[in-house]
Amino acid sequence: MLDLTAAGAARAIAAGELDPTELFEAYRARAAADELNAFTWVADAAPEPADGPLRGVPLAVKDLFCTEGVPSQSGSRILEGYLPPYTATAVRRLEEAGATLLGKTNQDEFAMGSSNENSAFGPVLNPWDRTRVPGGSSGGSAAAVAAGLAPWALGTDTGGSIRQPAALCGIVGLKPTYGSVSRYGMIAFASSLDQAGPFTRDVTDAALLYRHMAGADPQDATAVGHPDTIALPSAQRLDGVRLGVPEELAGGEGLEPGVLAAFEAALQHARDLGAVIEQVSLPTAPKALSAYYVLAPAECSSNLSRFDGVRYGMRADADDLDSMYTETRHDGFGPEVRRRILIGTYALSSGYYDAYYATAQRVRTLIVREFEQAFTQVDAIVTPTSPTIAFELGSKTADPLAMYLNDVLTVPMSLAGIPAISIPCGLSEGMPVGLQIAGPAFSENRLLDTAYALEQVLEFDGSPARVGAGA
Amino acid sequence: MSTVEYEAVIGLEIHVQLQTATKMFCSCALGFGEEPNTRTCPVCLGLPGSLPVANAEAIHYGLMIGMAVGSELAPRSIFHRKNYFYPDLPKGYQISQFDEPLCSGGELAGVRIHRVHLEEDAAKLVHAGASGRIHGSEASVVDFNRGGTPLAEIVTEPDLESAEQAGEWLRLLRTTLRRLGVSDVNMEEGSLRCDANISLRPVGETELGTKTELKNMNSFRFIERGIRAEIARQEAILRAGDKVTQETLHFDPRTEAITSLRSKEEAHDYRYFPEPDLPPVTITEAMLERARAAMPELPAAREARFLDELALNAESARLLSWRSELGDFFEAARAAAPNVEPQMLANWAAELAGRVDGDDPAASPVTPQALADLAGLVAAGAVTQGGARQVLDRLVAEGGDPAAIVEQEGLGAVGGADELAPVVRAALEAHPDLAERLRGGDMKPIGVIIGVVMKETRGRADGKEVTAIVRSELGLG
Ligand SMILES: [Zn+2]
Repeated sequence: MLDLTAAGAARAIAAGELDPTELFEAYRARAAADELNAFTWVADAAPEPADGPLRGVPLAVKDLFCTEGVPSQSGSRILEGYLPPYTATAVRRLEEAGATLLGKTNQDEFAMGSSNENSAFGPVLNPWDRTRVPGGSSGGSAAAVAAGLAPWALGTDTGGSIRQPAALCGIVGLKPTYGSVSRYGMIAFASSLDQAGPFTRDVTDAALLYRHMAGADPQDATAVGHPDTIALPSAQRLDGVRLGVPEELAGGEGLEPGVLAAFEAALQHARDLGAVIEQVSLPTAPKALSAYYVLAPAECSSNLSRFDGVRYGMRADADDLDSMYTETRHDGFGPEVRRRILIGTYALSSGYYDAYYATAQRVRTLIVREFEQAFTQVDAIVTPTSPTIAFELGSKTADPLAMYLNDVLTVPMSLAGIPAISIPCGLSEGMPVGLQIAGPAFSENRLLDTAYALEQVLEFDGSPARVGAGA
Repeated sequence: MSTVEYEAVIGLEIHVQLQTATKMFCSCALGFGEEPNTRTCPVCLGLPGSLPVANAEAIHYGLMIGMAVGSELAPRSIFHRKNYFYPDLPKGYQISQFDEPLCSGGELAGVRIHRVHLEEDAAKLVHAGASGRIHGSEASVVDFNRGGTPLAEIVTEPDLESAEQAGEWLRLLRTTLRRLGVSDVNMEEGSLRCDANISLRPVGETELGTKTELKNMNSFRFIERGIRAEIARQEAILRAGDKVTQETLHFDPRTEAITSLRSKEEAHDYRYFPEPDLPPVTITEAMLERARAAMPELPAAREARFLDELALNAESARLLSWRSELGDFFEAARAAAPNVEPQMLANWAAELAGRVDGDDPAASPVTPQALADLAGLVAAGAVTQGGARQVLDRLVAEGGDPAAIVEQEGLGAVGGADELAPVVRAALEAHPDLAERLRGGDMKPIGVIIGVVMKETRGRADGKEVTAIVRSELGLG
């Protein structure tokens, strides 16, 4: 029963062929015995599921989603043991649809990282090879789904934090259109970029989970929901579908040869299905990473100001207010979070605002326009998801810039607010490679169909990760 | 020594708590006087993951304020984050407006408005220990009930010249806001707070001098006293040949002392940037229409109506229109006594205003009906001006019916030669020298004689009538 996809499990439960408590208990046992450090909290017992289309399907949720009475720490010491008094809208919607909270998953602290090595609760191991990282920041969710510790999981993506770990762990990850899923109850990293999305074993599950997450929210002024009902994908062919390959991103420069080879093989599959592959140009895309590493830190420097020791979380014992602030924030935040707060504070300072923040916003506007221009020419844009396969633990921790380069292919879509999905498209050195497909805002149905058609012919085998989990 | 004359240049920043049903960015009810921390939610406590949603009613009120002062209303305005750390600011930033405010420009009674924008109020800090401030306090606690209350910040251009003018103008603004119904504008409870930017320059100079900012004064009297004290302080500095330092100041109304809160160098860098959690505020024609329809008669229109329709003199018209409650009281009294001449009633309303504490005469024991009756008694000659003032004193002290008070106190006008002639005769007999001068055509001493008669009658005589009797008694025709 652990081999069932989430959609399969939901069907079996609805048909009375599968007992939801038994299913939950099977996953709970695996999650509790997790050797990958993918979970930061696992439920004691199966909650009573609500009667809905996802009734009784266990769900793993990234630590940064607030869950009432359940530790929600965003991978940070400063929130160690924090129990929110309310549940994030996206999680609540899924619970109302019948999903049951299996556990909370490890992540980079406040979602800042690309390897899950920035967690206050230790790194997560890649189930394909435990000497390697699972990617980040949603590394726990990706590893849990890849290793079969959960049927599916929620993550968040700010600059690639769903797509990159999905790629490195050989599963499906969808970053939806910004504003289609409520951010209420997601402990913020960068408000204008953060977006919740699914980690799943296949594209159908991604569509199913996203269908029940999306929706406008009166508590999130930026959440407009999705104009369409999300359909379960069914396309078998891609006849006439135009796929654009941006030379600036997928031209080969900076990509590992094995990644490029898997990507090109995937393009050939697309052609075989009838798709037309075209070159497109996103001239400003190479500047996206620089703009992102101004804007995201700027927003985070402000978003993380609330962690001041006054009301909740950690508080350092100090003699006066200023020392209490300084010591709490010094001891409570890890080095990467402190680095980004410093960068962001600097970028917003009077005298530097125009040079950094305002310039980065202009770059963002250009990128939005260039994607819009490209989508007049093609239906979707395809790139590898990550320039490399999963790298060795500790190999990039000393060099932040090398680490930031992991996001070079995913950040442009984040800045543009458009949806992008990563599906596994092959192996390089025995490790999974992800294919990223991005479309115009709110084109998720089309994107899922394209990904589904490719998934059928790519026939990626994720079972080595489940075996490798060993639990 | 310099003989330069200085003039003050004053601009005001006014924070008004808007009386919406809920807070600026969450659905908590506004809190005044409840148990601490009972009007809170994840949003106004700044809990992780919570997000703000702008209160449509606060935007509506902001538009009404903008319309009342003739601002340009931005079709699209944005919220910014103003970042700084303080325990009364749970998110570490205040959501405010920065370079794209809801309302820009405008004017109220000759004072130009720079802008009107919306923001959220901070929570309330209470410090234990002697210092009364966070530094040196034994412990500090935070009550978040007030945190997130909608505020409109109204900023004037530096168009005011004196403490008195600033005070008078603030009263007009307060009246305007009260008429709009957007705030209870209660200064004592902090729903109207004022900062003043003050600088001095030699008369005739057009360039502005170095300004200081006097923070957070919460009564009209303190504002006037604070501004006066700061003008005097700056003038003394300039006369001594020194320079005024740009700084933020605190005025202590108990000691009249002005102390520095922070210098320009210590000023915060607030790192303003557009609030990514809130989309821009877009103003639709329907929103403008709704605000227009909600506009009441404002002080300027009321003043014009009092001048044109009631033929009040300029002084009365301004007093009764700039002081909303007094004007309302006057109109209620007029309704109770439509036959009394409006100006006479206005005069008695002004007399009343001078006798009651606070701005609202309706809070005194005097009813509009009583004031109308009193003015009617005077008009009918049943009581003199002087007698009526005594009746008003009684009314303010304990209320009651004016006619009954006149009766009880024997304050009825002493009228007719029968009653007054003996009193006049006695006065003349007591002052034979004055009587002689009057007989000789020197009318100057008449005032003394009238005074004596008034004293004898306890003010119940009419001066004109006394003069007439004196003349006839002395055979002056
Ligand atoms: Zn609230």
